[in-house]
Amino acid sequence: MLAEALVLSAILFVIGTAGVLIRRNAIIMFLCVELQLNAVNLSFVALSQYIGIEGQVFVFFIMTVAAAEAAVGLAIIISIFRHYETVNVDNFNLLKW
Amino acid sequence: MVDILFFVFAATAVGGALGVVLLKNPVSSLLFMVGTLASLAGLFVLMEAHFLAAIQVIVYAGAIMVLFLFVIMLLNLGHDYRDDLKRGLGMFTGFAVAGALAGLLVSQLRGVDDTPLAQHFPGPDALDALLAERGIIGAIAHPLFTDYVVAFELVGILLLVALVGAIVIAKRRV
Amino acid sequence: MTGIGLLTTGLAAQDAGAGFDPLLPGLILLLPFLGFVANGILALISGVRGADRVRAGETEGHGDSAAGRPLTQSLPTWIGPGVMLVAFVLTLVNFVALLGVELTEPVIRSYWTWMATGTLTVEAALQLDQLSLIMMMVVTGVGFLIHVFSVGYMKEDPGYARYFAYLNLFVFFMLTLVMGANFPMMFVGWEGVGLCSYLLIGFWFQDREKADAGKKAFIVNRIGDFGLLMAMFMLFALFGTLDYVAIFEAAPEVLAYGGFAATAIALFLLLGAIGKSAQVPLYVWLPDAMAGPTPVSALIHAATMVTAGVYLVARASVLFALAPVGAAAVATVGAVTALFAATIALQQYDIKKVLAYSTVSQLGFMFMAVGVGAYAAGVFHLMTHAFFKALLFLGAGAVIHSMHHALHATHKDWDAQDMRNMGGLRRFMPVTWLTMWVATLAIAGVWPFAGFFSKDEIIWFVGTSAPAGALYVVLWAMAIATALLTAFYMTRLMVMTFHGSNRTGEGERPHLHEAPLSMTVPLGILAVLSVVGGWVNVPGSIRESVFGGFGLLPMSDWLDRWMEPVTASAQAIRLEEVGAYAATAPVGGGHVVWGAVATGLALAVVLVGARLVGSREIRPATESEAPEAGVRKLLYNKWYVDEFYDRFIVRPLVGLSRFCWRWIDQVLIDGTVNAVGTVSRGFGWFGSLFQTGQINTYAFIVTLGALALLGVLIF
Repeated sequence: MLAEALVLSAILFVIGTAGVLIRRNAIIMFLCVELQLNAVNLSFVALSQYIGIEGQVFVFFIMTVAAAEAAVGLAIIISIFRHYETVNVDNFNLLKW
Repeated sequence: MVDILFFVFAATAVGGALGVVLLKNPVSSLLFMVGTLASLAGLFVLMEAHFLAAIQVIVYAGAIMVLFLFVIMLLNLGHDYRDDLKRGLGMFTGFAVAGALAGLLVSQLRGVDDTPLAQHFPGPDALDALLAERGIIGAIAHPLFTDYVVAFELVGILLLVALVGAIVIAKRRV
Repeated sequence: MTGIGLLTTGLAAQDAGAGFDPLLPGLILLLPFLGFVANGILALISGVRGADRVRAGETEGHGDSAAGRPLTQSLPTWIGPGVMLVAFVLTLVNFVALLGVELTEPVIRSYWTWMATGTLTVEAALQLDQLSLIMMMVVTGVGFLIHVFSVGYMKEDPGYARYFAYLNLFVFFMLTLVMGANFPMMFVGWEGVGLCSYLLIGFWFQDREKADAGKKAFIVNRIGDFGLLMAMFMLFALFGTLDYVAIFEAAPEVLAYGGFAATAIALFLLLGAIGKSAQVPLYVWLPDAMAGPTPVSALIHAATMVTAGVYLVARASVLFALAPVGAAAVATVGAVTALFAATIALQQYDIKKVLAYSTVSQLGFMFMAVGVGAYAAGVFHLMTHAFFKALLFLGAGAVIHSMHHALHATHKDWDAQDMRNMGGLRRFMPVTWLTMWVATLAIAGVWPFAGFFSKDEIIWFVGTSAPAGALYVVLWAMAIATALLTAFYMTRLMVMTFHGSNRTGEGERPHLHEAPLSMTVPLGILAVLSVVGGWVNVPGSIRESVFGGFGLLPMSDWLDRWMEPVTASAQAIRLEEVGAYAATAPVGGGHVVWGAVATGLALAVVLVGARLVGSREIRPATESEAPEAGVRKLLYNKWYVDEFYDRFIVRPLVGLSRFCWRWIDQVLIDGTVNAVGTVSRGFGWFGSLFQTGQINTYAFIVTLGALALLGVLIF
């Protein structure tokens, strides 16, 4: 079951990546990033069966960080939306000096 | 039985993920994402990570997804999503890159089996023994509060900072 | 505080001085520096005030304002000459103290370690011996008189305080030069006096020509400094130290007589001396240096700074004694310079230019002396020359002062320094006239004035060096010819300035006046010194035969004996390698005969010259024409040396510099730098293409990067 789980993880990860690349809605891009994180979580859990409980501990930390990230990220999206009245990332070019 | 359940959950997870990526309506995407997360929780149960499965449902599928939903409702994004998906070249390059990544990953995972891992590591039986000895929560709680206690505290601080930061960023008038 | 600390350190560092315990040598040096600081502050204050006045729309007043002399004008009057007087008195005390003892080793006062780098350690140390003390006497004594003179001369100048600041600073550096106990200390003074010379030549820097003259002096001096530096490097390489005492003691063992190293060092030192002492071929800056205030010409460009080269050769006498070629070069340069400059002086009309060329010529005499090993004679002439040349310059200053006033009163735009505009000034300025005649007779070499003893001693030593080579006979003849020319051009100067009818003009004549007391008193003192200054070194044989019966002048050969400890080792080397001086001149005759001949000739030239020039009709400068052709034109144009330098050195250099500027700097270097900049900007532009600010792009690039990393890891 290990190999299947890892392949599933890879597939989910790639779908998440594709989502980040082809969507324009900032919230959905964010959602796809969460999907990538979950794909990685799946790998950790699958491997923890063989390697030890530490894999699950790590997943626990990842979830915590994801929660923090979601809070801050959504706050940023709200902030940006207030200014631009849109969440379409094609309309922003803030990330440069 | 376990294998059948695995494939069922795997199929719903992949289907949900595709729905997240391909559906234009953000609310639909979000609901498919909830489905994916729930499927993953089921997979976690199959892999004897019961505690994580519970957390996945409660925190991820519950709290975080609700937060997303709130934001979507707050920003009133439930309509006017015509040009959300890229078309033409944008779509093509996105899938091309993702496909290349998939090819690389799958090519590496082909033929993986558990025999070498079982030789070098304790293996599923050891995990079973640990779970039996400490209990489902105790098994994960013990390392958290011993070996990883510093990281645990830091994550606590991180959550606090994120909380404050989120409030400050969202409240500020731009 | 620091000063007192230094002084006590100096006192604490008592070393055996064979009974001679110098009194506060550090203070002698420090006083002019304190004067510089005080006057400098006053100069800054008065400069700021002057600028305020100009901004307020007032014109800079020529003379005293109605509100009386401000403090920035009255304080320097006391500070400037005051510090010099104290320094002179201290020097005098030390001098008198040294008179009573036999000092064979110099007294060194070390204050602190100036630099300690690897094997080289240089102390900030002062050296007191017979040579440095006699130089200090000249510098502080003549310096004090010239400071006093300046009070009257510069009274109406807006830069009064600045002037005294520079002058004090000059004395400080000059004392450093002569008191330093090692080559680096001397070099500090050497460069410092060069700086002050530059500042004072260009004192009236609003005048482009004068500022340029300052630059010329500075740049020409750099050539000489190069030689001095090279000599110092070689000395350090060979001796591992730069202290005078250590080098001169070790020199006879380290350097082979007439060897390459000794010759090279001597020639490099000579190059330094040539630059500073305005000898051929680097003399061109000195006549131009007359652009500065006249007391500056007297102090720096006649009495003290320009004699630094002579001091250097006398100080390094051992090195020159070990390098016969170097010594001969010194003597030859001196003789050529003496004759060359004297010929130019014959046909100059600017009173200061005549004196400038005369100075160059007399410096040539000193070089001849130290070149043939007569170091005491060189220093002797240095001293007497300081007296009578300072007197001549100050007298000329008084004349110019008076002429300037007269011409200024009627706004006549004549040249106040052109002797053709003067004439008959004797009636208006009797004190100046009298004192300048004393100086003229002294420089002409008439008995019993100072120049007779010093100059004829030099001629004598050059002549009696004949056994060392035929060269010295030629030099001897050149020296005698120069002496006769000197007598002539000085007589010409006196007659054109003071005798005959006055050519200044009817309107201006009533404004001609004698200089104030602050100017005439120094003239008088220097006139006395120009007479008695020579009596300190009357040759024994002359005293025996001429003065013997009267018991006058007990100090026969005093300076020779005084200088003996300094020059003894050089003289010993010379005696061993070259042999003694001849007893008679190349064509026979002893001391007494040649003394009588010299004074007779000089007197004859003076009398004939006075008649010759007096009978000539001289017209004011504006009505005269430059000589048309022949030797006169050649001399009037100074042998066209400046033009020659301009054509063959300055212009090619300017051309080369222009080439370096236009092509090497602007095209090659700037081009390279700009190209680097342009390429960097291009890269930056290219890189900035990736910085769209769009998350899409970044996500895409991150994914590509991950792909690439994965690919590298896998394959």
